[in-house]
Amino acid sequence: MKRKLFSLSGIVGLYTAVILSIGFLIFFVISIIVKGSSVISWEFITTAPRLGMTEGGIWPALVGTFWLSFLAVIISVPIGVFSAVYLFSYAKSTKWVSFVKICVNTLAGVPSIIYGLFGMALFVNMMGFEVSLLSGALTLAVLALPIVINASFEALSSVSPDFMQAAYALGATKRQSILRVLIPTAMPNILTSVILVTGRVAGETAPIMFTAVAFYNRQLPKSLMDEVMALPYHIFALMTEGTHSAKQVPIAYGSALVLLLLVLSISSTALILRYRLRKKRQW
Amino acid sequence: MVKIRTSNLNLHFGDNHVLRDVNMEIQEKKVTAIIGPSGCGKSTLLRTFNRMNDFVDKLKISGTIMVGDKDIYQDKMDLSRLRAKVGMVFQKPNPFPKTIFKNVAFGLEVQGKHSKCEVFSIVEESLRAAWLWDEVKDRLHSPAMALSGGQQQRLCIARALANCPEVLLLDEPTSALDPQSTAKIEELCLALKDRVSILIVTHNIAQAGRISDYTAFMYLGELVEFGETEKVFTVPKDKRTEAYLTGVFG
Repeated sequence: MKRKLFSLSGIVGLYTAVILSIGFLIFFVISIIVKGSSVISWEFITTAPRLGMTEGGIWPALVGTFWLSFLAVIISVPIGVFSAVYLFSYAKSTKWVSFVKICVNTLAGVPSIIYGLFGMALFVNMMGFEVSLLSGALTLAVLALPIVINASFEALSSVSPDFMQAAYALGATKRQSILRVLIPTAMPNILTSVILVTGRVAGETAPIMFTAVAFYNRQLPKSLMDEVMALPYHIFALMTEGTHSAKQVPIAYGSALVLLLLVLSISSTALILRYRLRKKRQW
Repeated sequence: MVKIRTSNLNLHFGDNHVLRDVNMEIQEKKVTAIIGPSGCGKSTLLRTFNRMNDFVDKLKISGTIMVGDKDIYQDKMDLSRLRAKVGMVFQKPNPFPKTIFKNVAFGLEVQGKHSKCEVFSIVEESLRAAWLWDEVKDRLHSPAMALSGGQQQRLCIARALANCPEVLLLDEPTSALDPQSTAKIEELCLALKDRVSILIVTHNIAQAGRISDYTAFMYLGELVEFGETEKVFTVPKDKRTEAYLTGVFG
């Protein structure tokens, strides 16, 4: 009897934990949909904010977020993937590899606001890029780098060594084996992580706060040196610095909904892609 | 004709003395089987012939191995060429996660010496030689991973044959396969004898008896007995060979 009660309470405990975690997500998504959906319209997405951001839409912020994430990914992915290939296939001493990995993991754990300050110090001030799309994208790229390196390293490690053996046994050099077998085989997993990183980068606020964004800018960016608006910061600005909260809070929730949908769709693309690629190549 | 000759071959992995004074002469265009209990060094010996042991840390080798008229452990040895000329098929079928065609064309493409047209005809010829052409000719561009285990292993043989090798090393090629696929690979070995010298490592004594012209018995890193299969199997000179063949240990 006592044992049954004990096991029952255990199961109840487990269920509660699961329901709580799903519940938070559902509650959170529903409340954003409820508060945000009233302002969503085609016009909201495709026009610029008007009248001190009390009316109008989020188009410049959407474009800004697109460019920031796109550039950050374009910059960080090659560097990250090549670092991972170096660590996996070329670095000889295990001490050196673990030192680099500790550095990378430390970098992954740094709070994002620190990246913001670092980006401001390095790109905005020292390198003189000023507050611009370029500074913001570079800062986001630095933030994405450890994630890309770790994910790519995992992807490379999951490639069966049999494939590399086969490549060597057929007369391929090390470089050929890496380029023609190792990287293509790891590609589905690398690609998935790249898409997930895009989602992560699109949602970051702190790193771009001092490096890229303008509080209010009706213009779309024309060059890398322009200030841009960005969705996460737009929400932050409306909620903290708005002066007409009755009009601005719904816009903030609308923007939050758009951002949420954007990130969710990026992540689900990754899931679908991974599923397809795994199905296509079974081993 | 002797194709491979080892003299006083010794091999260490760190403190582990894996091969002890191996002297053997492998005949051209014959099937030579290497048998022996697990851990006797037969796979290691096989891997010295295309220098696949080079990837192991703390490898130490002394003695010489001649393949044809080349000392393959010379410093200047071109490993890519050696491995193209001495092909290898592994225990577990390991086609690349690419199409059937690309698998077979891989060796040619890394050499980069052939035109597209040549590549195509060599691929077809190799698939025919590995008795796989009829089964795959309509789906050359579908993934190799979709083939059955036995087909995958024959694909790996075709892939090695595409390099036009002089020697084919088979490292327990049938131990992951069902009896039917095994029989097919065995027949294939006999058919390929005309074009390559075959060295096969096997745990299956009966298999060695069925397909090999010469048999080498290894025990604890030593080449205990080496000779024509018929003689080794019927009148073994060494007591250890006899004991292994009759199943006293293994």
